[in-house]
Amino acid sequence: MWKLLKIELFKIFRRPRTYIAFAAIAAIIFLIQLAFYSDGEAFLQFGMQSLKETFDINGKILSGYMVCFIILQTLLIHVPLLIALVAGDTIAGEANMGTLRLLVTKPISRSQFMWTKFTATVIYTLLLLIFMAVLSLVVSIAVFGTSDLIIMKSDMVVILDNGDILWRYFAAFGFAAVAMITVASLAFLLSVFAENSIGPIVATMSIVILFTILTTMDIPLFNALKPFLFTNHMLNWKGFFEDPVNYKEVFKSLFVLVGHIIVFVFLAIVFSKKKDILS
Amino acid sequence: MKTIQFFITILTFQFISSICFAQGETELVNKVKAKLDKVNDYKAEGIMNIDVPFIKAAPSGVTIFYKKPLQFRVKKDGGISILPKGGVNVNLSSILAMGKYTVVPAGESVIGGGKVKVVKLLPEEENSSVVLATLYIDEVSLVIKKSIVTTRENGTYEMEMSYGKYNNWGLPDKVVFIFNLKDYKLPKGVTFEYESGEKKQSKTTSENKRGKVEIIYKSYLINKGIPDSVFKE
Amino acid sequence: MSTLKTYDLTWVKGSDFLYFIKHTLAIFVCKNCMPAIINVQNLSKQFGDIKAVNDLSFAVEKGEIYGFLGQNGAGKSTTIRMLLTLIAPTEGKIEILGMDLRKHRKEILTQTGAIIEKPDLYKYLTAMENLRLFAAMSGVKIQDKKYAEQLELVGLKERMHSKVKTFSQGMKQRLGLAIALIHDPQLIILDEPTNGLDPQGIADVRNLILHLSRDLGKTIFVSSHLLSEIEQIADSMLIIDKGKKMAEGKVSSLFDPADTIVELQTTNSTAAIKIIQQSQWKNALRENSNELIFLNIHRKEIPLLAKDLVSHDIGILSLYARHSLEDYFLTLTTSNRHVETFKN
Repeated sequence: MWKLLKIELFKIFRRPRTYIAFAAIAAIIFLIQLAFYSDGEAFLQFGMQSLKETFDINGKILSGYMVCFIILQTLLIHVPLLIALVAGDTIAGEANMGTLRLLVTKPISRSQFMWTKFTATVIYTLLLLIFMAVLSLVVSIAVFGTSDLIIMKSDMVVILDNGDILWRYFAAFGFAAVAMITVASLAFLLSVFAENSIGPIVATMSIVILFTILTTMDIPLFNALKPFLFTNHMLNWKGFFEDPVNYKEVFKSLFVLVGHIIVFVFLAIVFSKKKDILS
Repeated sequence: MKTIQFFITILTFQFISSICFAQGETELVNKVKAKLDKVNDYKAEGIMNIDVPFIKAAPSGVTIFYKKPLQFRVKKDGGISILPKGGVNVNLSSILAMGKYTVVPAGESVIGGGKVKVVKLLPEEENSSVVLATLYIDEVSLVIKKSIVTTRENGTYEMEMSYGKYNNWGLPDKVVFIFNLKDYKLPKGVTFEYESGEKKQSKTTSENKRGKVEIIYKSYLINKGIPDSVFKE
Repeated sequence: MSTLKTYDLTWVKGSDFLYFIKHTLAIFVCKNCMPAIINVQNLSKQFGDIKAVNDLSFAVEKGEIYGFLGQNGAGKSTTIRMLLTLIAPTEGKIEILGMDLRKHRKEILTQTGAIIEKPDLYKYLTAMENLRLFAAMSGVKIQDKKYAEQLELVGLKERMHSKVKTFSQGMKQRLGLAIALIHDPQLIILDEPTNGLDPQGIADVRNLILHLSRDLGKTIFVSSHLLSEIEQIADSMLIIDKGKKMAEGKVSSLFDPADTIVELQTTNSTAAIKIIQQSQWKNALRENSNELIFLNIHRKEIPLLAKDLVSHDIGILSLYARHSLEDYFLTLTTSNRHVETFKN
């Protein structure tokens, strides 16, 4: 399988489209860092107005950790779309190019073929996350330095000690990787049914956007649905920035996401084995 | 006639005794002030605990700087210190350095098993930021065990002090600031929140609209000199 | 060529042991007594209400070039896709290289090379990269120098490092051929291999197919709509129409140059038909349409026929003698006549 995996990775990283996601992430991160570099203090002061009515806050609020946190908040809404761009193309793209029929006539089982494709997609996702982690955390720390991290929630402020933050980011990025692999596995599943990658990419984006809207809206009618929406659990990387960390909730979400991955991939393999390749 | 005379006698006696007693309290306050005046400046290492319903923060190491008469700063190295507005800066010495004030005896009380004299200070200056300060003074060790300060702009706060090895300097081992809170709320859309399954924090009720900040002083460097730049923003 | 070389002993396991014994004994007893390379029995494929392939049976002998013919939509591609496991049959059995396709898919595909319709490749990769990529998946270890040799064989040596997106359809077809052949398969399945090729390219492919079959003993299963090409290269052929077998057999027995179809146009077709019906060629008369009369006669009798008609004052406007496979194919598929399967 390693040989097949090398071939798949070769194909992914030789394709210009792959680098769109990396470029988009770099651009977004750079813009956010630039914005905070020039106007970050003013933005944070505005955000902390409510708190400053009662408290005097001294020290460096605008730190690399703060900037990274804000980047993660915005990016983890956009990154799923970039993941879908490659994952949705996995099988449908081959069908569209006409190469699928050549690949399936090779002496490898469909299961092995699908596993290899999925593993390559997972590696791509992880590389994208690592790239994001380096740019958002390492570069932010280099530019803005470190300090305690103030996290403003709707009814709570969490202050994390400087020395107690870095491990949380590693855990959060690890969790985010699982969340993004969930999106990738959904796009992978939808890719099996299409012969053009636009379909699964748009379908994945639509599902993620719709579920995200349902997740973030605080409407009683939708609240009953939330525990079942994978997008709700995707946000639980923030659980690592609680004090203390509610490991039960975080691992519950992790379990739900891993469950989604298993189901999506299993269905993708089952349907691909039964599917007649007509492209 | 006899009744009128009796009442006049009682009132006169009370007036005279209050003056005598006030003179006693004033002297007590002056003695405490003199003790505190021995400290020109200090740099202290401590641990700060924040106990506020809507703030979650772990205890953190802080450095406290003081320079006579009114310069006071709490800094956290490589981090953020969050302190109740106005109140903390008005520490014991600054209360007593607020200029002329009238000392009004207010009886006695018991704090931590020890008897304390209760003294109210009324600033004579009309524009003083402090409206009223109530001090609970230990006569024996000449230290302030508790103070309740009402300020013009930042409401009322309490300070409770515990003393130990720096008793001779009038510097506490532990100070607890208790202060009023305003409601804290941010729109959810701004904060990108999610349903974590945790029970929501109970909203601040009238019972818990007060917050506490505790500083445990581990060590003091007293009268070693502190540059003014430390107190600048 | 030793046939034992083509059998990988790793597939011998459990119930396959009997297969191995059968093949090994067959080889030692009679080197040429190999089971058919492709043996299809009662193959059918249903897509909803449409039966694309209907009870198809045929066999392809080792080393022969087998032509697979049919009009568009006849079921050729569907059949080929079933042979290559792209589509699962609804009914029927497929044996390739003496092995059940369902059970020994991996072993069979290791020894099979194919072009399916027009070969689509990775446009953003070069010819060499495409070739290496597909070769790496073939399950066969290939020497490094063979890649350049293969590209030279198909006439792409100068363009081996060019991206496929710059290739014409003909060049892609050649590259597809190279990919199908790189791992030296025993069985080669070609679906329309001359698509998009110029006449020289078509001739080159024809010669390549003949070389692979005659000199290297490969078995070639080729479908084409260029019936004249099949006629020139195929040893046996199968014609299907609407998913059903119309004819199967050796090309030489299906097409007899002496068995000519004459298309005749006269000044008085009614009178001409009457004359023919009273002549020695009364049984040679076939269907006629409009003013055309069709007869199936020996080529040598054409002048006699013409003379007879002229002698009866029947003017001949045109006389066209057709004897190619194309006529046979068109006759079968347009008239829906079945011809009994026969082999020599």
